[in-house]
Amino acid sequence: MSAPGTYVLRDSATMLRRNLRHMARYPSMTIMLVGQPLLFLLLFTYVFGGTMGAGLPGGDRGDYLTYIAPGILTMTVASVSIGTAVLVANDMTDGIIDRFRTMPLAKSSVLTGHVLAAMIQTALALAAVGAAAFALGLRTAASAADWAALLGLLALLSYALTWFTVALGLASPDPETASNLPMVFVLLPFVGSGFVPVESMPAGLRWFAAHQPFTPVMDLLRGLLAGSPDGADAAWAVGWCAVLGTAGHLWSRRLYRTRAAA
Amino acid sequence: MTTKNPAVEAYGLRKAYGAREVVAGVDLTVPAGTVYALLGPNGAGKTTTVRILTTLLAADAGTARVGGHDIRRAPGRVRAAIGVTGQFSAVDGLLTGRENLRLMADLGHLAGPRATAVTARLLARFGLADAADRRAATYSGGMKRRLDLAMTLVSGPRLIFLDEPTTGLDPRSRRELWDVVRELVADGTTVFLTTQYLEEADRLADRIGVLDGGRLVAEGTAAELKRRVTGGHVELHAADAARAAELARRLPGAVADPAAPAVTVPYDGSVGALRRLLAGLDDDGSVTGLAVHTPDLDDVFLALTGGAAAAEGVRA
Ligand SMILES: Nc1ncnc2c1ncn2[C@@H]1O[C@H](COP(=O)(O)OP(=O)(O)OP(=O)(O)O)[C@@H](O)[C@H]1O
Ligand SMILES: [Mg+2]
Repeated sequence: MSAPGTYVLRDSATMLRRNLRHMARYPSMTIMLVGQPLLFLLLFTYVFGGTMGAGLPGGDRGDYLTYIAPGILTMTVASVSIGTAVLVANDMTDGIIDRFRTMPLAKSSVLTGHVLAAMIQTALALAAVGAAAFALGLRTAASAADWAALLGLLALLSYALTWFTVALGLASPDPETASNLPMVFVLLPFVGSGFVPVESMPAGLRWFAAHQPFTPVMDLLRGLLAGSPDGADAAWAVGWCAVLGTAGHLWSRRLYRTRAAA
Repeated sequence: MTTKNPAVEAYGLRKAYGAREVVAGVDLTVPAGTVYALLGPNGAGKTTTVRILTTLLAADAGTARVGGHDIRRAPGRVRAAIGVTGQFSAVDGLLTGRENLRLMADLGHLAGPRATAVTARLLARFGLADAADRRAATYSGGMKRRLDLAMTLVSGPRLIFLDEPTTGLDPRSRRELWDVVRELVADGTTVFLTTQYLEEADRLADRIGVLDGGRLVAEGTAAELKRRVTGGHVELHAADAARAAELARRLPGAVADPAAPAVTVPYDGSVGALRRLLAGLDDDGSVTGLAVHTPDLDDVFLALTGGAAAAEGVRA
């Protein structure tokens, strides 16, 4: 038998290939997951943009587009993670997971494969949504360093959120439930700083909106796009991603070992 | 794993769900290179036992060594030594048959050319070459089952667990699968299988364990198990009720059924007894036909698993 750990990369890469094939053969899901944030982008820019933009200090439709871009990007990451939860839940109900669990695979390579595939899918989805936003007139003052930080932050968010949704997929009794649970993450930007400033919300909601994990992430994205990131936002955003990712990772590993072995 | 050590050794395995003990103290030994069949009705605990032995499920009590390694202390080494085909299909429906096999080859760390060769050989051997590039989701039940088994064989395990490998297969596919098992055994592979079919256990297994309600109620070779059961008989069809009654008077232990009309004579399954019985019959047309019923594993199965009433047929 091979020493555990020797084949982590190889097994994870094998699983990654499998998951990318799944995505390619299940295109309706990918289209739905990328279409969702695109739809919100168009809806909020053209339908609500004029009125909402007027609510921002000295703003118009274009300013509103720039304001919501971080929320839309965050929503894109969350949307793709729904697909991951469904693919994981499919595996669990398919019986193939039992095959994997009776094979001498490198630790958690099955799950790592899912996360890596999701991150690749997220990158493609973000490229599509980002391109659409720029086509609609998104303005940015970001420097090269800001761009690097922005991409790093999106990768970190994707990593953290996907580990969490892998756990949700493992915890779901069926793929339907798995597709519903992460919906929370898609809607979370609305009850945060994604589409309106939190100061405009009533007291209780404002407190939640100001303190939920996505708000510092979206504020930092907004700062980076404007070329003036805030240090406190960065600390909170990275902190939240670390917490979410670590919790998701540990929870997933635990569920993978115990689920169906009850 | 050396040939001297048993491939599977289990002592006092127990597993309960809530208050219900579904595996209630199973001891078994499977010598390397042999076929062991775990035979039992629905809910007997076959799958649970297999899941424990294949490291999918932790037993509440008991110990087992599989492929020479302790299932609790060295599950990784056990997994490296075994191949498992579960009761329910474990193929990736979104991948083609070829890709499924290739996935197993990659996870088994076979080198590229070797992986390609093994994949092609297994596709041909399991009659899947024509369907190799179709998604497994489009396969028939029998094809999925064959792919499932082929996937288990990719890495060439020396100890294989098959949980109800032929359930749901048509008679022809079942025979083909039996042939595969025989080939594996000829290569020296140890096979642990479960089945609800007595014929299957009878044909394939060196030793059979009859599992009922989580307990091994009998264990032995097919012949040993058959010897534990009475119930063999010869049925003589008589020309009319009067002659049936007359035959019943003449033959020891015979019982007449005037309605058929026929006579049932106890029979131990030997050639000598049959010869003596036939010698005692006149060729005068009073017997129009006969049917021999030897005790088979069905009798054993029903007697051993059917509860108190059926157990009367079992010699302790
Ligand atoms: N996760 C579980 N929770 C509760 N009960 C279970 C669980 N798994 C199995 N059982 C029960 O344990 C008993 C044995 O199940 P098992 O699947 O081992 O039987 P089996 O012999 O494989 O049956 P079959 O021939 O139908 O496959 C059954 O009564 C089943 O309902
Ligand atoms: Mg079963």
